[in-house]
Amino acid sequence: MRIPIDTHLLDNGLRVTLSEDHRAPIVAVNLWYHVGSANERTGRTGFAHLFEHMLFQGSEHVGANEHFELVQRAGGMLNGSTWLDRTNYFETLPSHHLELALWLEAERMGRLLPAMTQEKLDTQRGVVMNERRWSVDNQPYGTWWERLPALAFPPEHPFHHSLIGSFADLEAASLDDISEFFRTYYTPDNAVLTIAGDFDPAQALALVRRHFGPIPRGRGTPPLPDMSLPPRLGGWLRSTVEDEVMVPRVYLAFRVPVFGSAASYVAGICGAILGMRRGSLMHRALVREGQVASAVGASTWDLAKGADLLVLDATARPGVDAGRLEQAMVTAVERLRQDGVPDAEVARAVALIETDFVTTMQSASDRADKLSLFATYLGDPHRLNEEVERYRAVTAAGVAAFAREQMGEDNRATLTFVPRAAAAEAA
Amino acid sequence: MSGEAAGPPPATGARPAPGPVRPYQFPRFERRTLVNGMRLLLAPMHALPVVTVHVLLDAGATRDPAGREGVALLAAELLAEGTRRLDGAALVDRFEQLGTALATGADWDSAWCESTVLGPRLDALLTLLADVVRAPAFAPREVDRLAAQRQAELLEQRAEPRSLADDMFARFAYAPRARFAVPAGGSEASVRSIGRDDIVAFHARHVAPASTTVVIAGDVTSDEAERLVTARFGGWSPAGSMGVAPGPGTPAPDAEAPGGRAVHVVAKPDAPQSEVRVGHVAIPRAHPDWLRVHVMNAILGGLFSSRINLNLRERHAYTYGAFSTVDARRNAGTFDVSTAVERAVTAPAVGEILQELSRMQEAPVRADELSLATDYLEGVFPIRFETTEAVAGALANLAIFGLADDYYDGYRARVRALSIDEVWQAARTHLRPAAAQVVVVGDAAAIRAPLESLGLGPVHVWDATGEPAG
Repeated sequence: MRIPIDTHLLDNGLRVTLSEDHRAPIVAVNLWYHVGSANERTGRTGFAHLFEHMLFQGSEHVGANEHFELVQRAGGMLNGSTWLDRTNYFETLPSHHLELALWLEAERMGRLLPAMTQEKLDTQRGVVMNERRWSVDNQPYGTWWERLPALAFPPEHPFHHSLIGSFADLEAASLDDISEFFRTYYTPDNAVLTIAGDFDPAQALALVRRHFGPIPRGRGTPPLPDMSLPPRLGGWLRSTVEDEVMVPRVYLAFRVPVFGSAASYVAGICGAILGMRRGSLMHRALVREGQVASAVGASTWDLAKGADLLVLDATARPGVDAGRLEQAMVTAVERLRQDGVPDAEVARAVALIETDFVTTMQSASDRADKLSLFATYLGDPHRLNEEVERYRAVTAAGVAAFAREQMGEDNRATLTFVPRAAAAEAA
Repeated sequence: MSGEAAGPPPATGARPAPGPVRPYQFPRFERRTLVNGMRLLLAPMHALPVVTVHVLLDAGATRDPAGREGVALLAAELLAEGTRRLDGAALVDRFEQLGTALATGADWDSAWCESTVLGPRLDALLTLLADVVRAPAFAPREVDRLAAQRQAELLEQRAEPRSLADDMFARFAYAPRARFAVPAGGSEASVRSIGRDDIVAFHARHVAPASTTVVIAGDVTSDEAERLVTARFGGWSPAGSMGVAPGPGTPAPDAEAPGGRAVHVVAKPDAPQSEVRVGHVAIPRAHPDWLRVHVMNAILGGLFSSRINLNLRERHAYTYGAFSTVDARRNAGTFDVSTAVERAVTAPAVGEILQELSRMQEAPVRADELSLATDYLEGVFPIRFETTEAVAGALANLAIFGLADDYYDGYRARVRALSIDEVWQAARTHLRPAAAQVVVVGDAAAIRAPLESLGLGPVHVWDATGEPAG
């Protein structure tokens, strides 16, 4: 299976990736801006994400909420999301509405500011605060995804602070901040546009040039602070949180090489061997045999600057304390480090990843998003077609060596959640 | 294309006109039946080398014996935990070496085993699936482990406001002893009462060739798919006794709670946000008004640009999102509005929701509201079926709900034909704000009095285990 890929560069710096495919009359338009929470300045945590909300509040020729309405009226789906190092906006529509999506994205890239008002900002601030309550504050273990980077990245590092932000910082955000952020980061030369699905390439490229071509290049983005990090954490960092939960959960994280590096594929396979699906080492040892956990998992954060994180997680069975749970996770990691793995374990992980990859590529939206990802982070969307080969190149010996080097006691961060009542009793 | 542009950029806000509509057809599929009575639904899709197999069993949670609620789900989950030939760990390994995971589960109306593989592995997959369905081990150790897992899930849920709100809403929307008042996966008491014998008996009674439909969507021809399925399932002999009658005095699974509108606060002390559910028992999936209700619901709360979301999110900033759904079941599922709002605005948000329900009944929707919903549902239709999994799921729904074979082919035309009057009629007939149950998981101390002052009906307070709490 090869995904067709064709790239173009506009004079204003916009990088365009086209991936033509006519199996259904569907087209996906996907725009990545190379800006995320890492670019926020002190006292403005959460701003990149709040800004993402403002991009749905209209532009010079689009009314508030009209962006959603126009796309839905066309029979399209749409959304946006913010991450540490990028923000994306995407719509999937019946293919005869391609120009609508391109026009809407160009409208807000070129002419957002005339539509910004204090009232809209106040409303979206309220919406985002409710998003924070919903996904973080009122959700068991919900603070994990701001506590873990706070633990695993040093305080001055741009990945250290909260993506969703604090209420105080959200309160402080002003229309001036909106304007400054927009002018700095929402420029064609800081963006990648991907179109995937049913379109005529010449016609699509002409439409892209027509709508995005006149938008002026930006004045350049300010350099991020030095993001480089030592290869390992340099110790075993720990944090324990008392929370409104019924049973403990442990996150065990390791600093690993950045997304896209050769070693990142080994890290991905290590994670899959330890925590992907029910045949993984942790599921077998903690859920099936030991019955100390009800669920286990593994993931990476796809960070392309400084260092990435490989994160294992396990949720305790009732009656199992956090110490025993963590010990069982560490035992699984140590077994991998000391004994290595048979080839079959690697083959299992590669086979699962390959099937996931091919099934995911059925969706135009997912193809477009992955192409934007590789274009943004690695400057080369063609890397998408090398993914499976790169995973296949990982060997059992490579896994064992990686686990020994990157998963030892000098490179661990444990974030533990315990029920509030249990914490009180233990004190 | 070397030219710089196809024309000047639009100087005004003129919306680009759509191009010519390109044709779309839901994937062609065939029905076949094996000699033993097992049915096949086969949809060849050759775009990518993947194929999904969805084994559908007429063994959903409405088949649970009274007092043993949760058997159907446990039985389905246990299918993935070992056969008479392969223990749980070995079975999982076989699937995962094929690059796939076996997903099994059960909802109200069916149980299923589903797996997606790269095309050349289809025969190996069907060999495993036949073993899973025909010869499960139900090993005592695995039965005990999965029952304990379900108990752990119920315990964890006490601190998880969203699923707690969903379960509590079902409990108060349906009559106390109705099957739908208890979660599909069972309660702490019912799961405690389930033994291995119950699981074995349930499987023997409900899983047989005549109650099984194998759906295959993906990179394989219908003839080849039939040949492979016949080789693996053809020797399965008809057995089991189908159907189950509820015992005397047992209410229908979808019997509605008596007593009219009430407010139920489920106490979660200090919660910064309230999880809100407002709704009532709705209509079965096969009801002739289903599509009208579905479109009416899209306008009311089904879309991002719906009345309820624009009101609660974009006008009031009470919430990150507010949506309404009508649950598809063979019996009557629920209609409910679901949102999470800041603690201090809980009562006003509930008031706005009930007002939106009433507004839907008081006057017909505007033409542009109806066209937004119908244009969306019509246009998005092909996007819903890009993957083999989605097509297999859609075909499974034909079997579960007894829909006609041309259901998907005619869907967009039927949506387009709906009138304002039909939607209004659906709202007046099938929305019942005066009979709604309001469930709020939140900080009872802060929200009880404001909710009482709305005057919606009696306000009850419960703890997270469902016991009265003041």
